[in-house]
Amino acid sequence: MSQQLPVAKPRRNVEALLLVLALAVGIGANAMVSLDKSPWMDSDFWTQAILLTVLVFSIHVVLRIRAKYADPVILPIVTALNGLGLAMIHRLDIATGEGAGGKQLTWTALAIVATAAVLWFLRDHRVLRRFTYISLVVSAVLLILPLVPGLGANINGANLWIVVGGMTFQPGEIAKITLAIFFAGYLSSNRDLILLAGKKVGPLQLPRFKDMGPLFAAWLVSIGILVFQRDMGSSFMFFGLFMAMIYVATSRVSWVVLGLVLIAVGGFAAAKIFSHVALRVDGWLNAFTPEVYGRASGGSGQIVQGLFGMANGGLLGTGLGQGRPDLVPYANSDMIIASLGEELGLIGLFAIVLLYLLLVTRGIRAALGTRDAFGKLLGCGLSFALALQCFVVIGGITRLIPLTGLTTPFLAAGGSSLLANWIVVALLLLISDAARRPYSTGPLEADLGPATEAVKLP
Amino acid sequence: MNQAIRSTWIVAIALFALIFGGITYVQFFAVDELKNNPWNNRALLQNFCNERGTILVGGQPIAQSVPSTNGDTCKYQRQYNNPLLYSGITGFFSRSFGQTGLEKQMENDLTGNTDQLFYDRVVSMFLGNQPKGASVELTIDPKIQALAYSLIPDGQRGSIVVMNPKTGNIIAMVSKPSYDTNLMASHNPSAVAKAWSQLKDVPGISLYNSAATGDLYSPGSVFKLVDTAAALSSGKYNKDSVLPNPAALPLPGTNVSLPNYLYGGCSAQTEADFAFALEQSCNTPFAHIALDLGQNAIAEQARKFGFGQDAGDQLKLDYTPSVFPSDLNQAQLAQSAVGQFDVKATPLQIALMTAAIANNGVQMKPNLIKALRGPDLRPYDEPKPEVLRTSTTPEISKQITSWMTDVVDKGIASGAQVPGVEVAGKTGTAELGAGGQNNSWFTGFAPANDPQVVVSIVMQDVDIRTGAQLTSPNAKKLIEAVLNK
Repeated sequence: MSQQLPVAKPRRNVEALLLVLALAVGIGANAMVSLDKSPWMDSDFWTQAILLTVLVFSIHVVLRIRAKYADPVILPIVTALNGLGLAMIHRLDIATGEGAGGKQLTWTALAIVATAAVLWFLRDHRVLRRFTYISLVVSAVLLILPLVPGLGANINGANLWIVVGGMTFQPGEIAKITLAIFFAGYLSSNRDLILLAGKKVGPLQLPRFKDMGPLFAAWLVSIGILVFQRDMGSSFMFFGLFMAMIYVATSRVSWVVLGLVLIAVGGFAAAKIFSHVALRVDGWLNAFTPEVYGRASGGSGQIVQGLFGMANGGLLGTGLGQGRPDLVPYANSDMIIASLGEELGLIGLFAIVLLYLLLVTRGIRAALGTRDAFGKLLGCGLSFALALQCFVVIGGITRLIPLTGLTTPFLAAGGSSLLANWIVVALLLLISDAARRPYSTGPLEADLGPATEAVKLP
Repeated sequence: MNQAIRSTWIVAIALFALIFGGITYVQFFAVDELKNNPWNNRALLQNFCNERGTILVGGQPIAQSVPSTNGDTCKYQRQYNNPLLYSGITGFFSRSFGQTGLEKQMENDLTGNTDQLFYDRVVSMFLGNQPKGASVELTIDPKIQALAYSLIPDGQRGSIVVMNPKTGNIIAMVSKPSYDTNLMASHNPSAVAKAWSQLKDVPGISLYNSAATGDLYSPGSVFKLVDTAAALSSGKYNKDSVLPNPAALPLPGTNVSLPNYLYGGCSAQTEADFAFALEQSCNTPFAHIALDLGQNAIAEQARKFGFGQDAGDQLKLDYTPSVFPSDLNQAQLAQSAVGQFDVKATPLQIALMTAAIANNGVQMKPNLIKALRGPDLRPYDEPKPEVLRTSTTPEISKQITSWMTDVVDKGIASGAQVPGVEVAGKTGTAELGAGGQNNSWFTGFAPANDPQVVVSIVMQDVDIRTGAQLTSPNAKKLIEAVLNK
């Protein structure tokens, strides 16, 4: 492979150095938000600083043992983002008297422990391919859970949550991973079949009807989420994930065109039929109309307040702890990007988005480098889903597209999202390890499926 | 497959490019538009929570920012000391109901946002500090202010203005009923809303302006000073002119007549000179003058005293211009000449008119500001006395002064006599409909030969006896207090 480094180096020391920098960013930010509080840097601060340091360095140690060729940039990026999120949530706690910071720290610990467990026990992402159809079943169960009476909870008009023992959890976040595993497994096994058959209409090579099964399945799942869970953001992200994976599997633009047509039709119909979609679109297009602004449900008050906050920050930001991000509803979860934009300014927000861009790029780089089709599909799909999630959230907050309820990965307060995204990181780390590991030491040849050879096609 | 992955990456890059574009638009290009949006209350809130400059009288703060107690989203709480005495001057700064009084008019100085503090602003920007506001020192004398407030009985509506006629400096300015401005500045929105709904319906409380500068009252006989000045400056009358003084003047075009003041000594003579007419506050001679000179002459003299005019830029309070009506028929003109019908004046207007007479016909700009001091306590502005307008000639003002001295010495305002000091004064009683209730006025100054202090008092909705007790005798106490300092 042309991307293969001539001599593969583990680069774990680079990672350690970058981790120190990343921790300095997160912990430094947290120190700044309580600068004018007394006592400055209280026990909460130290708990958070020490816990975060211990946790991410334990991942670092796990990587040294289990996946020493893993990409050295991914973990520091995620550490910096998670640390910044903790700092901003803590800062908003100070303003509002909430206690979201402690909860977020608990979830961070849980998520990082889960990541360590995945890295330690899974060792090689290709193992997951065995669970292709189990993943499908798990995904279905996870997506249906919130609709089970007595278990599901409707929060702010969306049925995304389940309540277990007083804790809310968003199973859809985990379903993002299991569905990606299913599609990667299914497409890597069947891509030859799908590729070979099909009519050519003009410049487009149309797929056979029976091969369009996965596409329709994806479409149905997305529409199902939109209709039953009433969540536009997740629906859009799932569909984008499927599209990207189908495109990568087949390299056919025709699939993308077909997919876009399908989502356009579905989205248009949904906007016509379901009031919650129409309200979101109206709140986006007519955000500055008084009746839309003042509307109790589906109004634009939240987005407009977020825009005011970001404008208040301007180029340089007010400085951490100096703005009023607490004026924006859901400032520490859905709108955390507006909070960061207000206090860190355009420059700070650019830096954060660049971190995401870098993370996505490293993920895609891992997908390029790995030799198995399953890994390529999974890595590319998960990375692209991350990019889509950023686009849906930040695009919504900056009024590029309608605002939907997706969380900002690693930053926003919310346990399920944190857990799911850290597991995504674990998978990307494993794929990158496989990609950068010298070929001769490649493990478990027996595990590679029949489609592995297909990778060697141009 | 790798080519497709690269294409996917390109799409991801495109999505991020859109994000960068969105952020750039919001945080760079649309900043001004978003900041100026009427729904954007961030500037106000920030202002509300910041430390503001102090407003001081006699070296003591009457409005100051103190650090908030724990659990408050704001860093500072505005605190008003002696709010009942100063509510009409400081006004308040409320998160939901806006700013009033000096809190509104001196905004740029109190926030440190004024041009004079540019250097301090730049320094604090580099040090990363919040710019500090200026201190506003007032000309108010806290002792006189407290005395004036105590002279209006609780439950009585009234205003008192005490000022220096030579400089225009306000020495005291109070009104009752008053209210606690701290209630409006609270950081608890529901407590503020409750206070607002209770205060807004209390008669006499003006939450958005000071009663002394913003509320209009019928001036009654005090307005005869305008007629007198108009008469003398017309050239048709002089100090010895003899005026008809019938017990009642039939109003042209109606079947009612304008009677003389019942309680005075007007009925002793059917003809009067100015001295007698003013001493006894007879109505008919002045109605006669107005009908003789015509409404333009009276209106012009009223304008020269400040009716219908603003109060100049030194009075940093919302000011309602006083009114002399236009397009009057003869009956209305006769009534207007004695300060009835639609003639309306603020207590401050009456004080300014009196100050012009005291100051050789020259009206000084009313002024509340003694000094503005930057954060380093160095004064950057100390307003000097400025002429607002010339109301009449020195000769005419001297003549009117001598008649006003008679009013106190031997006339209707004898309650204002101060032993050893010559006091010039004029009372007024404006009827408020048929119920026998009146606005009772006193305006005057002392010493007559070298005026140091002008006192104007109005008590609203009183019977004649109570009104007489609450005006001239209180003026005496205030004049004594100011002169004996």
